Amino acid sequence: MAYDEKVIDHFHNPRNMGSLDKEDDQVGTGIVGAPECGDVMKLQILCDENDRIVDAKFKTFGCGSAIASSSLATEWIKGRRIDEAQEIKNVDIVRELSLPPVKIHCSVLAEDAIKAAIADYRRKRQRSQADQPEADVLRAAGGGS
Amino acid sequence: MKLPVYLDYNATTPLDPRVLDAMLPYLTDKFGNAASRNHVYGWEAEEAVERARRKVATVINAGTKEIVFTSGATESDNVAIKGVVEMYGRRDGADRKDHIITQVTEHKAVIDTCTYLQQQGWDVTFLPVDRTGMIDLEELSQAITDRTLLVTIMHGNNEIGTLQPIAGIGRLCKRRGVLFHTDATQSFGKVPIDVEEMGIDLLSLSAHKIYGPKGIGCLYVRRRNPRVRLAIQMHGGGHERNMRSGTLNVPGIVGLGKAAELSVESMEEESRRLTALRDRLSESIMGQLEDVTLNGHPVHRLPNTVNLSFAYVEGESLMMEMNDVAVSSGSACTSASLEPSFVLRALGVSDDLAHGSIRFSLGRLTTTEEVDHTTGRVVSAVRRLREMSPLYEMAKEGVDLSKVDWHAGTG
Repeated sequence: MAYDEKVIDHFHNPRNMGSLDKEDDQVGTGIVGAPECGDVMKLQILCDENDRIVDAKFKTFGCGSAIASSSLATEWIKGRRIDEAQEIKNVDIVRELSLPPVKIHCSVLAEDAIKAAIADYRRKRQRSQADQPEADVLRAAGGGS
Repeated sequence: MKLPVYLDYNATTPLDPRVLDAMLPYLTDKFGNAASRNHVYGWEAEEAVERARRKVATVINAGTKEIVFTSGATESDNVAIKGVVEMYGRRDGADRKDHIITQVTEHKAVIDTCTYLQQQGWDVTFLPVDRTGMIDLEELSQAITDRTLLVTIMHGNNEIGTLQPIAGIGRLCKRRGVLFHTDATQSFGKVPIDVEEMGIDLLSLSAHKIYGPKGIGCLYVRRRNPRVRLAIQMHGGGHERNMRSGTLNVPGIVGLGKAAELSVESMEEESRRLTALRDRLSESIMGQLEDVTLNGHPVHRLPNTVNLSFAYVEGESLMMEMNDVAVSSGSACTSASLEPSFVLRALGVSDDLAHGSIRFSLGRLTTTEEVDHTTGRVVSAVRRLREMSPLYEMAKEGVDLSKVDWHAGTG
């Protein structure tokens, strides 16, 4: 298969390849795909207190266009707020990388990975916000003594 | 060293210059139609065809009248299987003959022909293979019934190189009075074939796998003990003793003859050389990388073929990464379908390992330098892609990948 130059560039020089600490409350992790299908993407985001994505990392098991799609996705979401990142559509990736029809599922997977990472981040935020009042009470009680 | 290194000889081979030299006169000066009986142009062509026929027949210990030239192994497979079924098949009555036996790792030319016949109402048994790609003779014996008319089982497998126990199959078929066809496309010219000793009734082969031209092959059709007859699949001028009409491809036939002759001349030495290079490749790769598995039989295998699965990486990206080595992969991403190799699946290789498989097939021009270059490229490519693989990371963390529920949307 003859790939577009952009796919080849992302494949040979992947942007943001690596991992973030998945235990960190400010980190959201999305893992999508399945090994038996030949594609698994892990995409992670690190957000600041304003829900802006300050860092993003990926690791991908899959073909060249799956690797390129996830690399591009991390490049695009960095610096965006999560609600903006949520707006990225697979067709944008298809267009940017000139993916052929048989590779469209790679772009779908990248969109899913972004959404899964954001969902994970939101879950963590809700959990820590739910924990928050209790922590405040404790602190308040401690301050009072 | 010429780059990219070509290690895809099971797909096709370059024309041997000696084959080209033999063919050239028949493309220009000696252009006659082998069926023209009344002038020297025709005689020259016919003589050349008969010389080539003798060369091909000699390689497999057949008679010249048992060689039918075709456009290649796909046509030979179709003619053999459909020709036998149409000639001998009977779908009703007490003495019906409506059963064919084949196996699951056959080339598509055989599988799809059999599936087609199945759709037409014929009964087809697809024998399973073991982990090494080998059928079980006992299972074959049990599958043969009074209704069986044909067993079609390949010699060497194109993807994994496993060699089926052809002589045993031939003996069994003789004993049970069943015709035996074998697709020898990959083994012809690489390992010895003797149609008498091996009890083969029909055999398909192709020129372009043995440094001959594309678009030419032949079908061996036994004439004695028993005399095999085929229903005509290509009607016309009655060429090839009426088994395959159509003006003979004289330059192609001359090329096939020359290629066959050259292959058999160097077979023993070349087989030893390729086995050593093949094992050098796989041993060196497996010595430097963990979680690499061999697909196919460790011993009963084509001397030039090695198929490896690299856990945690995907075949297409692996081929992209080592882009100065030309190989092929069982990954779905390299095929038109979205399924990984059906051959590897039949062996019981899990889908993720099938996606991460690479077939290296060596040939006449392969050098030690090329093999060592390939080893280096494979090792560094797999290492880089594993660094990039979430599966490798998870496995290193101690996660059992087979127990992960991938479809639950892991967060």
